[in-house]
Amino acid sequence: MDAPAIETAGLIKTFGDNRAVDGVDLTVPPGTVYGLLGPNGAGKTTVVRMLATLLRPDGGAARVFGHDVVREADAVRSRVSLTGQYASVDEDLTGAENLVLLARLLGHSKAQARARADQLLAAFGLTEAADRQVKKYSGGMRRRIDIGASILNTPDLLFLDEPTTGLDPRSRNQVWDIVRIVVANGTTVLLTTQYLDEADQLAARIAVIDHGKVIAEGTPGQLKSSIGAGTIHVRLRDAARRPEAERILAEVLGTTVQQDADPVALSARAEAGGSEQGAAELASRALGRLASAGIVVDDFSLGQPSLDEVFLALTDREVAA
Amino acid sequence: MTTTTTEAVSAYTPSSETLGAVLARADRPKRPSALSASLTFGWRAMLKIKHVPEQLFDVTAFPIIMTLMFTYLFGGALAGSTSEYLQFFLPGIMVTSVVMITMYTGVGLNTDIEKGVFDRFRTLPVWRPAALVGMIFGDVLRYILAATTIMAVGLILGFRPEGGVLGVIGGMGLLVVFSFAFSWIWTMFGLFLRSEKSVMGVSMLVLFPLTFLSNVFVDPSTMPGWLQAFVNVNPVSHLVSAIRSIMSGSPDMSEITWTLIASAALVAVFGTLTMRLYNRK
Repeated sequence: MDAPAIETAGLIKTFGDNRAVDGVDLTVPPGTVYGLLGPNGAGKTTVVRMLATLLRPDGGAARVFGHDVVREADAVRSRVSLTGQYASVDEDLTGAENLVLLARLLGHSKAQARARADQLLAAFGLTEAADRQVKKYSGGMRRRIDIGASILNTPDLLFLDEPTTGLDPRSRNQVWDIVRIVVANGTTVLLTTQYLDEADQLAARIAVIDHGKVIAEGTPGQLKSSIGAGTIHVRLRDAARRPEAERILAEVLGTTVQQDADPVALSARAEAGGSEQGAAELASRALGRLASAGIVVDDFSLGQPSLDEVFLALTDREVAA
Repeated sequence: MTTTTTEAVSAYTPSSETLGAVLARADRPKRPSALSASLTFGWRAMLKIKHVPEQLFDVTAFPIIMTLMFTYLFGGALAGSTSEYLQFFLPGIMVTSVVMITMYTGVGLNTDIEKGVFDRFRTLPVWRPAALVGMIFGDVLRYILAATTIMAVGLILGFRPEGGVLGVIGGMGLLVVFSFAFSWIWTMFGLFLRSEKSVMGVSMLVLFPLTFLSNVFVDPSTMPGWLQAFVNVNPVSHLVSAIRSIMSGSPDMSEITWTLIASAALVAVFGTLTMRLYNRK
């Protein structure tokens, strides 16, 4: 596969006065999970709907495996599947009926459709629930039948629009496992999510999107280091030295230091700020200063910034600009 | 997975072997024909009736009430006796009831399209109108049921068509063809209007004049000229005349032709508008 799974240039969609998608450029390599991360209303779903041929872009271009989403919509449709934000199955029908219906629409004979439905129901642990209406399914089961319906014909590109919104942690982990297996078998996944840990867990690359624009793009690691912030935790041997240690840390790090509930513990954000220094470098300098002041450090850790911190930092920057 | 409780189901762990086997890339089957895809969507409509049989209430109870009500309300006054009136009135009330029932196509589509499942249908590589054509196929079954119900009530009350069984079937056939075509008006409104209620409102606005300002209830010759002018171009009048002629055993070819032309025009205009809206939605 030479062409990128997804390639967009200057993609625009307006609803009335609202520019829901405002010039989005994306390149998604095949065979990976690509995360579209952003808050509610950021334009993630609109991007997905345009790529899945459900909405016509108002400007720019989008190609899926080299096929234009407007002019070659049918070619795109034969290679993609969509699992929408709300279950994209018929809630009045049973799980088995849904799968047979969609298999028939994809051209399977009656017998083939039934066999394929049974196979999928078994693989998704839904054999027991096969003859129950989907509206009686739990949230996790609904998600599974939905993803099952999306892989009736194994798609080359699967859109997962907020696949774990509203799920309990166990069901969420099941969905994550399924996504990993789907990708391992060669399907590209475009995942939209508002959960930063979800993007961190699954995505090889992430585009952070806000107000219809991509405000950052890269691997999860790159995004984190671009912010250059981490949290330093220090545990001292002697609680009496804490005020002194606090003063030194504040001086070196240039931020306020927090006294933790534990009388020997301190924590502070190591923010690169205006300088070029990384968080690790700052932290090691701070430790050096503590040692030369004769303060014994029992334990020390430098936490990577969470994607939450990344996201907040990026959107704050937007607001400031 | 040894028990049937929901706990056993939620204890599901995705396995890379079984899921991997499911994900193995097999040759894709050929894309289904337009007819086959439409029939599959029609099967979906059947399944919905199977799961929610109450929805057949409007195609059985409503037509019975319409027939009884108007036969006894107008029969004596307009034709001297109810059985006399029925010979004139039954084909008309059958048309009125079934044409009124077509509006549920729009109401149904309006609620259906808001659900996520239509997003999936619209991303399938199938003939685009199939989802809507299939939906109307399902509705056609409801029209047949309604027409049959009215015919049964009519026969019990004393309707005696001279055209016999063939005439009755022929007349009902023409009604179903027209209703199929007429349904496309409602698919358009179903896609165009925002809520189920507004679809209902518009439907009534269109349906009442169309069915009452016709030759269904009385002979138009006593109406004022301007009204006659409308009644005479109203496709419902032509349909009723055509069905009356078929059921009485002497088919009026020009009325039948007019009805078929009107049906073709309805599909051409409203089918096209519907598909435009469907593709843009």
